[in-house]
Amino acid sequence: MENNVFTGEYKRRKRKDIVFRLAILVPTGIVVSLLILILAQVVMNGSKSLNLDFFFQQQKPFGEVGGGVVQAIVGTIMVLVVAIVIALPVSLLAALYLYEHKGSKRANVLLDVVSTLQGIPSIVIGVVIYIWVVVPLKTFSAFAGGIALSIVMLPLMISMIKESLDMVPSSYLEAALALGVPRWRAVVEIIVPAAASGILEATGLGIARAAGETAPLIFTSFGNPFLSLNFMAPVSALPLVIYEYVKSPYDDWHQKAWGAALLLVLFVLSLNLLIGTRKKR
Amino acid sequence: MNDKRFNVLLGFAAMVVVFIFAGFLFTLVVQSLPAVKQEGAAFLYGSEWNPVTTRFGALPFIIGTLMTSAIALAIAIPLSLSAGIVMGEYVNSLWLRSVLNTLINVLASIPSVVFGLWGIEVVIPLVRSLAMSVGAPPYGAGILSASLVLAIMIIPYMSSMTREALVNVHAGLREGAYALGLTKQEVVTGIALPFAKNSIFAGILLSLGRALGETMAVTMLIGNATRIPTSLFSLGNTLASVIASQFNEAASDVHRSAMMGLALILFVITMIIGWFGRTLMRKGVGAHGE
Amino acid sequence: MKRNAVSKSLMLLTLFVLGLTSALGAQTLLGSGATFPAPAYTKMFDEYYKLTGVKVNYQAIGSSGGLKNIQDRVVDFGGTDSFIKDADFSKYPGQVVHIPTVIGAIVVTYNLPGSLKLRLTGDVVADIYLGKITKWNDKAITELNPGVKLPNLAIMPVYRSDGSGTTFNFTAYLSAVSAEWKSKVGNANSVSWPVGQGAAQNAGVAGVVKQTPGTIGYVELAYANQNNMAVAVIKNSSGNWIEPSLASTSAAAAGAFPADTRIVLVNTDAKEGYPISSLTWLVVYREQNYGNRSREQAEQLVKLLWWMIHDGQQYVTALDYAPLPAPAVKASEAIIKSITYNGQALIK
Repeated sequence: MENNVFTGEYKRRKRKDIVFRLAILVPTGIVVSLLILILAQVVMNGSKSLNLDFFFQQQKPFGEVGGGVVQAIVGTIMVLVVAIVIALPVSLLAALYLYEHKGSKRANVLLDVVSTLQGIPSIVIGVVIYIWVVVPLKTFSAFAGGIALSIVMLPLMISMIKESLDMVPSSYLEAALALGVPRWRAVVEIIVPAAASGILEATGLGIARAAGETAPLIFTSFGNPFLSLNFMAPVSALPLVIYEYVKSPYDDWHQKAWGAALLLVLFVLSLNLLIGTRKKR
Repeated sequence: MNDKRFNVLLGFAAMVVVFIFAGFLFTLVVQSLPAVKQEGAAFLYGSEWNPVTTRFGALPFIIGTLMTSAIALAIAIPLSLSAGIVMGEYVNSLWLRSVLNTLINVLASIPSVVFGLWGIEVVIPLVRSLAMSVGAPPYGAGILSASLVLAIMIIPYMSSMTREALVNVHAGLREGAYALGLTKQEVVTGIALPFAKNSIFAGILLSLGRALGETMAVTMLIGNATRIPTSLFSLGNTLASVIASQFNEAASDVHRSAMMGLALILFVITMIIGWFGRTLMRKGVGAHGE
Repeated sequence: MKRNAVSKSLMLLTLFVLGLTSALGAQTLLGSGATFPAPAYTKMFDEYYKLTGVKVNYQAIGSSGGLKNIQDRVVDFGGTDSFIKDADFSKYPGQVVHIPTVIGAIVVTYNLPGSLKLRLTGDVVADIYLGKITKWNDKAITELNPGVKLPNLAIMPVYRSDGSGTTFNFTAYLSAVSAEWKSKVGNANSVSWPVGQGAAQNAGVAGVVKQTPGTIGYVELAYANQNNMAVAVIKNSSGNWIEPSLASTSAAAAGAFPADTRIVLVNTDAKEGYPISSLTWLVVYREQNYGNRSREQAEQLVKLLWWMIHDGQQYVTALDYAPLPAPAVKASEAIIKSITYNGQALIK
């Protein structure tokens, strides 16, 4: 009798366990298959439009079939270069500030500011940079786009670099100081190199994050149907091209939007994978 | 170079970051003044957004933002919690775990505009046929399409936060529970989830922050109507999407200023939610049973 | 040491950027604005690039955006489908002039099963956009179209979500023919639509209509034709049913032409004129020496404008725009000649 109660109870618990397992496995299956579906669609639709022209030709006039997106590929590289040239030194120095003033009130304020910056909607960044940079300089430009993207990168890079600095054993610094090396030299020549891989990682992720941003570019780098190498003039970018083409009624442009999407995803993906494999080692 | 100068340099970089933040707030406040002066408090609760009569009330977009984010959360929470629990508690094979992790990371890094493209080509036709079968106007675009894609966009983020929260629960607690003969389900719902709940909730809040500010995909899918949405199939606009679709084409200075006001509202909302989420997160870390 | 190298390379990069800037600055022109003539402009600028090597970047962001950009002086020229009103001139930091480029027709396009050809009046179109006519088989529509079998399908109006001259001219037409429209909605670059879905730009509206059965929208003729979309025949003020075409568009502009080229063409009294026709303009500053503009930049701009109203016109008919009539070209020539740099004319 007693034994039966126990096995009954055990069976009930076991059943509950199985039901729960199903209840979470099914949604997980849905999530995983959705994710695979999206990736597969980007790859399949995108690969159809990848050809030599796509990489080396400029955009054709509205509605004409053919041409490519070289102006957007080059434009994306240009805004990213500007962005990283600004974001890397600023974020490295700000992270060093956090490292040097760990636990102080000011550092905590800065940490809060960094997290808040991370939450700024990207559209707001675009709007503000239009007022700060585009209007005073009297022109839309790759430069303005780069500044907008650097603000996207900054908070992410600061917190990542700070983490990698914090991971350097404090004995490194103490040993150097004990040898009478000035503190700043110890930090620059010992701590920073020791955290180099983390800094590189942060840079990679910053680029990956900024590469896909559209909203900050609409009002800053503006777009350009021609290939332009002028940093002080408007340039196109891959996300801008996707946004413009997908709104258009032209089938050929829709096709090219998929191609540009695939290119962008591959770029971001390879950056992520590169960093991922580095991390494991 | 000496220590003093080095510190000044670091302080300068820190100031730059703080200045960016303060400058953003200042710029938005100054730029939105004309519209706020004209509308007064009605800027927040006015239901009319009309560039012709230059009446600017943000209510339709506040409602649109809340609706899309709420629906997206309602869809994303069960899916992400499940996925997070599976990844954190059930998958033992290292290989499978890293595959799932990579997949989630890849999805988290797909740009918003690509989700918009996918939504236009895949989700909108589906929602259109759904709308036709229930007799709603078959635009396809609208609140539902935007919310669905928004949900998919925050799932990777939310599920990896959930997974991390569970992984951080002290292993000893779990081992003790198994030793007492508890089933896996009992360990998960009775031990792991309660200990991780603050962190999980923080993850949900931070995901909400993302959903509220998400711009491109929503702009491409929501139908850009300046009326208050009344159903799932209604067209609408969020705070972010109305700025993206109207800012470059603003008809008047007040119109532009009103959009800066929307940006300010959005900034403040995401700021508060982010702050709240991070506070919870800190509390959560303290409650992991270590 | 390392730090020195970094700062040196930063300086070099800055120099490189500045160098490129001065080297390439004169070879490009930047414009933004109306999407209505964008297909014609991108075609013209493509040809102009092949001819002269000058890259003209035109971003079709909507007429309001183009005017705002010229007001902020962040572009060389703005494109607009609705001319600047007298009262608004004071908003611009300098005197601006209008140069018309092409005439276009705004067509009422729709997506219905089967290739149905519809006749519509301005009144009916206004009532559809007011939300008073909601079904395709409404009596008001069937009466205009005897013999056409209209489906029992909800009408879904689509409009421009951005500020646009296309909307300006479309609502100007609806205001001219419908008193209720005029009082309830009015006429502007962006209005508060009683019903319907917004889509960005001509291309966006065309895109939504093409993809969604039951929709009705208004777009530039070129967008409709290039995408094989159905267009409605509209009754003009003389009571004639007019098919939108190059000929009927040109006919709308057959009357007298004012010296400053600011003229409204909608609801024309020309007998064979299509009633929703519009000019589209480029807006530039009369005095070109502002900001850091060089004389070369100003000369490039004036050359481009001159080319557009003469040689450039040959490319527009293939894209379903009507070229400028002779009186318009004449008026434009005078305006282009009046553009100056430091008070000196740039072209004779």
